[in-house]
Amino acid sequence: MKQFLKNPLPTVRPEELKGKLIVIEGPDSSGRSTQIELLTKWLELKGYPVVCTGLKRSILVANELELALKGNVLSPRTLTLFYATDFYDQLENVIIPSLRAGFIVLADRYIYTLMARAIIRGAEREWIEAIYEMAIIPDLVLYLSVSPSVLVERTFQAHQQLDYWESGMDLGFSKDWFTSFLKYQRKMRLEFKKMEKKFQFEIVNANRTPKSVDRDLKARIARVLNGS
Amino acid sequence: MRKEDAFNQRSEIKGRLIVVEGTDGSGKSTQAHLLYEWLLGLNYKVFFSEWNSSEIVKGATRKGKKRQALTRTTFSLIHATDFADRYERQILPMLKAGYIVICDRYIFTAFARDSVRGCNLEWLKKLYSFAIIPHITFFYRVPLEVACERILSGRPQLKYFEAGMDLNLSQDIVESFKIFQGKILRTYLSLSRQYKFTTIDGTKDVHYQQTLARKIMEEKIDLSRFRKRGAV
Repeated sequence: MKQFLKNPLPTVRPEELKGKLIVIEGPDSSGRSTQIELLTKWLELKGYPVVCTGLKRSILVANELELALKGNVLSPRTLTLFYATDFYDQLENVIIPSLRAGFIVLADRYIYTLMARAIIRGAEREWIEAIYEMAIIPDLVLYLSVSPSVLVERTFQAHQQLDYWESGMDLGFSKDWFTSFLKYQRKMRLEFKKMEKKFQFEIVNANRTPKSVDRDLKARIARVLNGS
Repeated sequence: MRKEDAFNQRSEIKGRLIVVEGTDGSGKSTQAHLLYEWLLGLNYKVFFSEWNSSEIVKGATRKGKKRQALTRTTFSLIHATDFADRYERQILPMLKAGYIVICDRYIFTAFARDSVRGCNLEWLKKLYSFAIIPHITFFYRVPLEVACERILSGRPQLKYFEAGMDLNLSQDIVESFKIFQGKILRTYLSLSRQYKFTTIDGTKDVHYQQTLARKIMEEKIDLSRFRKRGAV
């Protein structure tokens, strides 16, 4: 039966959430979207209904959140709360109805990225965990771990430039984007390592080829599907 | 001492935070306005902050309300986002700069309104734990019938969320408003003990209430500290 981080959402009964929630975490360019595409096809082929969700996709605030990020006008705390609004909107309107209907929900990142980002920016751990205390604990969290140096190469290959937020430029580590990117990604990785035990992640080595990562992920997901 | 970072701006607060709270129709906004004019006229460093006035989040809130797409949780979070923006952009810097900040509604409005909507009060308190507790919280207490009478005679157009229509209390918007306001009043009363509100009888003459509030402020705060430099 599904559990919540601390308290259930007021209107949700855990026993009616029959589907599976599988979360893929990892930085940009770690291969999340490629893997999710492959997993969706694979699951559907096996006859499982699939719904994909991710951050910044809510109808409610996604556009406004995008604007705020572009303008870089909100404080870290305000941004954290804005992201929380976006998350709960999807939790209540996409994830929970899908789980009720027995779908497999593949989440392209979840609260863990949001918590790590906020903590690196100085948020009190207790505060950020309280915000997400009504989030559902996933059936499986797979963290695609990529070393920062590999990540840089992949990012250049795909986008020819580094992203402002993924480089942590708002934190003022360095005026140099490359230096800042490496430092920020190392910190994020460290934070995920810290969360690994507490939230029971499985860390997947994603320095490998997409194909071998794919094989690895499928094996782990199969275990969860067969276990029920 | 903890290093300051983007989240924890704990350097000394030299200013004073004065909050007015109360149900709709309690007359609190009038009182807040008069307090502001008083201090302004005396040439004190004073700033007035209204509930729900941040530009960036406003669009999303309006959209959500229009489509009635908000759940109790997202309703609460979007208002918290809005509050955090205003708090960090205006209220906190003003307090650090040594202003008297008068807030027409503060976190207690969210506590009362959102917990009546079914959010967990303990969760709400944690959500807003970054906001300082006011130096004075004036609570304008008015019996439910009086507040409703004031609102319903002056402004018959009730808004959907204001009337708590999302709670299915009643099909009739006026009836729903009354029940909703009654629940909010009861929550305020229990918050009042916990957060040591200074209660003012909102049925009394407006000028009398104002004189009383000014006297309380003079007793509790050394106002002369807030005189603008160069003022006579």
